[in-house]
Amino acid sequence: MSKELLTISLSPHIKGEETTPQIMYGVAIALLPALIVSIIFFGLGAIKVTLFAVAFCLLFEFLIQKFIMKVESSIGDGSALITGLLLAFNLPSNFPIWMLLIGALAAMAIGKLSFGGLGNNPFNPALVGRVFLLICFPVQMTSWPLPKLFSFSSLDSVTGATALGVAKEAIKQGQSIAHIKTLIPGNLDLFLGQAGGSLGEVSALALILGGLYMLYKKIITWHIPVSFIGTVIIFTGILWAINCEQYMSPLFHLLTGGLMLGAIFMATDMVTSPMTKKGQLIFGVGCGLLTVIIRIFGAYPEGVSFAILLMNAVVPLINILSKPKPFGTN
Amino acid sequence: MELKTFKKGGIHPEENKLSVSAPIESLAPPAIVSIPISQHIGAPSKPLVKKGDEVKVGTPIAEMSSFISAFIHSSVSGTVSKIDDVVDSSGLRKQAIIIKTDGDTWEKSIDRSPELKKNFTLDASEIIEKVKKAGIVGLGGATFPSYVKLMVPKGKKAFAVVINGVECEPYLTSDHRIMLEKTDEILVGVSLIMKATNLKKAIIGIENNKPDAISIMRTKAKNFEGIEILPLKVMYPQGAEKQLIQAVTGKEVPAGGLPIDVGAVIFNVGTAFAIYEAVQKKKPLVERVVTVTGKAIPKPSNLLCRIGTPVANLLEQAGGSLENAGKIINGGPMMGKALVTPDVPITKGTSGILVMPKELATRKKESPCIRCAKCVTVCPMVLEPYLLSRLGRKYLWERFEVEKGMNCFECGSCSFTCPANIPLLDYIRVGKTEVGRIIRSRK
Amino acid sequence: MGSLLLNSILLLGSVGLVAASVLFFVAKKFYVYENPKIDEVDDVLPSANCGGCGFPGCRAFAEATVGATDLEELFCPVGGNETMKAVAKILGLEVVEKGPMVAVLRCNGSNENSPKKINYDGVSSCLSAHSMYAGEGGCPFGCLKLDDCVRVCDFDALKMDAKTGLPVVDEKKCTACGACVDICPRNIYELRPIGKQSKRVYVACLNTEKGAIAKKNCAVACIGCNKCVKVYDSGGAVVMKGLLSYISPQVDVENQGGYLVGSCPTNAIMGINVEAKKLPPKKKPSKPKEKES
Repeated sequence: MSKELLTISLSPHIKGEETTPQIMYGVAIALLPALIVSIIFFGLGAIKVTLFAVAFCLLFEFLIQKFIMKVESSIGDGSALITGLLLAFNLPSNFPIWMLLIGALAAMAIGKLSFGGLGNNPFNPALVGRVFLLICFPVQMTSWPLPKLFSFSSLDSVTGATALGVAKEAIKQGQSIAHIKTLIPGNLDLFLGQAGGSLGEVSALALILGGLYMLYKKIITWHIPVSFIGTVIIFTGILWAINCEQYMSPLFHLLTGGLMLGAIFMATDMVTSPMTKKGQLIFGVGCGLLTVIIRIFGAYPEGVSFAILLMNAVVPLINILSKPKPFGTN
Repeated sequence: MELKTFKKGGIHPEENKLSVSAPIESLAPPAIVSIPISQHIGAPSKPLVKKGDEVKVGTPIAEMSSFISAFIHSSVSGTVSKIDDVVDSSGLRKQAIIIKTDGDTWEKSIDRSPELKKNFTLDASEIIEKVKKAGIVGLGGATFPSYVKLMVPKGKKAFAVVINGVECEPYLTSDHRIMLEKTDEILVGVSLIMKATNLKKAIIGIENNKPDAISIMRTKAKNFEGIEILPLKVMYPQGAEKQLIQAVTGKEVPAGGLPIDVGAVIFNVGTAFAIYEAVQKKKPLVERVVTVTGKAIPKPSNLLCRIGTPVANLLEQAGGSLENAGKIINGGPMMGKALVTPDVPITKGTSGILVMPKELATRKKESPCIRCAKCVTVCPMVLEPYLLSRLGRKYLWERFEVEKGMNCFECGSCSFTCPANIPLLDYIRVGKTEVGRIIRSRK
Repeated sequence: MGSLLLNSILLLGSVGLVAASVLFFVAKKFYVYENPKIDEVDDVLPSANCGGCGFPGCRAFAEATVGATDLEELFCPVGGNETMKAVAKILGLEVVEKGPMVAVLRCNGSNENSPKKINYDGVSSCLSAHSMYAGEGGCPFGCLKLDDCVRVCDFDALKMDAKTGLPVVDEKKCTACGACVDICPRNIYELRPIGKQSKRVYVACLNTEKGAIAKKNCAVACIGCNKCVKVYDSGGAVVMKGLLSYISPQVDVENQGGYLVGSCPTNAIMGINVEAKKLPPKKKPSKPKEKES
């Protein structure tokens, strides 16, 4: 052909810079502070679990897309990387690798690819993996190594329950709050992350830093984290005001367990959260209520994962309820 | 003070106003012009000339065929060589009047002197008649016949004239240059519009990225009664009439309604200038300012060219060759229309010719929707583009109508923003075309 | 232990009893009489729910046939005569047999015949492309070479040919349901009788522009030269519609097809399983038969 042809397409003829992989890697960067904190407190175990979780997730995405779905592989877009990171962040640092393999398979195969892959999954895949593991291996999933600064020498650290677990058990036995406070780490330790728990959930500070980075990069908006955490504070605050001898303080609920991780990173997952600002507020409030109900009245000490998964299920309904009002219809 | 803008949605693409410092240049009349008989919204005009007729610049060559239609005047002097179908920007054939140029004689009645004629004694109906006879249509791109907008319908009450000096499309600078170089003329034009519509107030909205235009307009507007200059925050699509009215007056034009429903009469600065020329200088709409720009153009310019000039002539003047052109766009990059060939003529609605180099001409690969809701956030009409696009793709027309897909005015913010590179607007357009057809067939 | 068992049985049993009685009364109260023949007809229909009969699905068609007094207007293109015979037998009506039909693409603007003049860079949707421009080859009537028709075909009877860029109809799979006819924004598809031994002759062009312009965009465009009409004097089987020739399905393919194909100077007339023949000089063609069976 002598002359090169012109191109024709419909408007717009320019495209914004932002792409899906950029968003995904932005989330990954925001997870780094929490990862660093967990390496500081849990040492090699944290590195091992994180590396294997990410590797397994990428591997399963690749294998399933290549051999079962027979579509072009999309492991480069960063979504499997995030699923792996978040899954690892929800596990104890001494978690056996073979169980991790099962968890990653559940997250990718059941949680994501069985629905058609990125963008089609109604539930957060990392949470699907975590809940699957929690139900299959409750013992391993609830015995947490206690943090030990820079403990790279040994992998066999002492294990114990999380602060939430300790408090729940003690309240059940009728012990006083004052006594419980001696059993659990202080608020500053909880804030910095020197407490037993999953890899990524221990340090509220690191998670908030990551959240601020995502807000700055406009990956998330404030609506879900603020409404989620706000609801937890208000709900637990009311209970605490009614009877401060039976219920833990809102601050305790704020700093323990997976609340920060869940509210900032899991509930804000774009695929599984509502589309409009209004819907996101409803979603956050729902997550907060369910979390507190499970934590205080339920059988499990921690309710963030279940709360988010349950709210994920009603996202299509929320989307219908919170339709934006078109311009010119006021 | 926080600058005003419209309330919901909007984006801010890279401005790329390459031709902003290039003064308006006149382009010599081409050897042949082909003037389409349908350059405006409404019924195509009816040709008044036949093959072999001699015409001068400004001679009417086609008349209005219905209420919403426009006069068309010859933009060159010469002989009508034929009335035939020529390829338009879509590659389809439309009727046009083809005139062979011979010299450059203008109709005697036209005042071509550069002096400003500020004073006028005409009444409203005389102004409207002159605007109608001069064939003026909205020069911002919508090309709605201007005289219709000047006649405020009975029962409606207007309270202000809103003048669009926003030029929110990236790359385009023709309105900006007119504001700098023809400031007084525009202000006289605005006064004429105010007289015709019997309004005492006019607000000219200009985006804050044109400080020079804002300051010169402000200084000169002091000599005119009732004209206010309002700087606006830079935000696309502020130049869309409903968005501009909201930015300037805070009022929301109802869905499916017209600006007059909230009491606004809206014109583009270019149209105001054309109205000045038509009324004060008796010059019909035979030429307009066109920005020729783009990263494949060595000398981005603002050219005053005759209606009917082939696009290729403009590219040549701006030093552009077709070698490195990947895409030629009639209009701005957000709402403009890609051309199939550079041989198509400039029409009344052409505000710019944008040439994209090859590397920017093609789209990026589409990936799955991650439901980030960015399209919902940026939609100025507060619709749900991801949903409309899906409905369009699946041929679900009833639902498309229920979801108010027809409110979309195709600003392209959703496609621009989508991180997954999904051509959302393409499918929404499919829906609009089909649903529009269904709605029309109901009547 | 015994009481636990007994309690469970009693409780579940009573729940079941209550539910069953509610169901029973509801079923009685809201019983709607339905002609049992509808089910019978529905059973013999192909259950493709393609909408080719003009009704929204096979069930609706079955309801329509049961209510009808004759089967003149009702035909299932997918099941064909066999199905209609079975339907007629159930209803005790006269069957109206129709010849099998097939969808034909009335455009031959392949990549070779109508070379690309511009690159289309947009979504794979003919509706979208049609609203934007004339087409890569420049013909505003021709196939846009995207794949809307392939996507709507429920029977896997359409495939895009990578070489020509045009869709190809698989005669064996096509049921003439008409989905492609409806979706094509340019109305290029036409349902025509499949013909004896699959012999068909038709004009593969819809361009009504002047010959010179049409020819510029496509080598096999109909230029409106009238030659085919001169070959064939059947009284309306080959007609000019403006500057476009149309060969109606009633054409006598057996005797005239070859000559029609051979007469076209631009090869716009397609002969499927028909060989082009030059008309013997000055000899008027014999009168066509009444109608092919």
